[in-house]
Amino acid sequence: MYDIIVIGAGPAGMTAAIYARRAAKTVLVLEAVTFGGQIINTPDIENYPVEAHISGFDFSNKVYEQAKGLGAEFVFEKAVEIRPGDGFKTVVTPKNSYQGRAVILATGSENRKLGLEDEQRLTGKGVSYCATCDGNFYRNKVVAVVGGGNTALEDALYLADLAKQVYLIHRRDAFRGDDTNAARLKERENVEIVYNSNVTKLIAEKRLKAIEVTNKLDGSVRTIELNGLFVAVGRVPENQNFAEWVKLDEAGYVVAGEDCHTTAEGIFVAGDNRVKALRQLVTATADGAMAATEAVKYVNSL
Amino acid sequence: MSVIEVTKDTFEAEVLKSDIPVLADFNAAWCGPCRSMKPMLDELAEGNTAYKIVSVDIDAEDELAEDYDVSSIPCLVVFKGGEEVNRSVGLIPKDAIAALVEG
Repeated sequence: MYDIIVIGAGPAGMTAAIYARRAAKTVLVLEAVTFGGQIINTPDIENYPVEAHISGFDFSNKVYEQAKGLGAEFVFEKAVEIRPGDGFKTVVTPKNSYQGRAVILATGSENRKLGLEDEQRLTGKGVSYCATCDGNFYRNKVVAVVGGGNTALEDALYLADLAKQVYLIHRRDAFRGDDTNAARLKERENVEIVYNSNVTKLIAEKRLKAIEVTNKLDGSVRTIELNGLFVAVGRVPENQNFAEWVKLDEAGYVVAGEDCHTTAEGIFVAGDNRVKALRQLVTATADGAMAATEAVKYVNSL
Repeated sequence: MSVIEVTKDTFEAEVLKSDIPVLADFNAAWCGPCRSMKPMLDELAEGNTAYKIVSVDIDAEDELAEDYDVSSIPCLVVFKGGEEVNRSVGLIPKDAIAALVEG
């Protein structure tokens, strides 16, 4: 029996583990893939206090070492179910089950897919969700970015330095992302912004070779020949496995205030999978601290 | 065995002519998910005689990346008897990596 089981080893989950260990509670962190979370895709973090520049990989390694050093246990198995018991919960993975007095859900989110036919098959064959990982393969080639948020704008700028031509496909007529990036993008000669449009079809043989783009206003369809398509249409939370016990909002985020209490007793939430206004590294780690502190109080009250 | 770095010059001998299955990890130093996958590959390679694991730095070995049509990394490609038999793109758990080769 552990005092606290944390599900997810991203910045929120690992920070929760640090706080819980500092309160002398036993902690198990369960993680489906490996520690780090989505921050490992970020080549350079410039907005987290203390270090002016650090890669997401180095950041997560440091937090992992810190949590391990304080005595948190890590097991790399995917939590698929929580079964509430009397004063404890059982967290089930495909191989084992673990008991904890409190549970912190820090499962983060995953890339939202476009939902087009062949998207899965073409991933790695022209379709990518990580411009900084795959941009180098498209030097002097033609690419498109789909999306209108900060990630899409940053991806398009990053790719504009590498690719011959970049199309940015945006479903609205203005950007909700950072004004600075939008302005920078409009100055680039090799970037064309395609407004009010959705990607409606992937055209491929062995690899992706073109996309069909439909204008929402007049219904016109345009085919853009390209080598690569970068999808940056946001993220979706990974809470489905726990929906039976904790209330989710319409988009699938766990409903909880800043105190990180879910609707289920003894189950807390931390990080990007919680309903919140700003999803950043610093708000994820802040959630980790809060959820752990509340979980410790709960465990002490039992 | 530990993970073996391969180049264009050693790829044929180490991978295509290998007697045992080979898991080739196409990666790059600047790719975060690739770096996250490395410790898992090191653990799988350690003491493993059933198959070997090789690493291809796609910056230095861009011809190999092109020959094998790698355009997203991390990319794991399994070779048996010189032929590609399986492939996976993106960061995956250790069990899933092993399953790619062990089938």
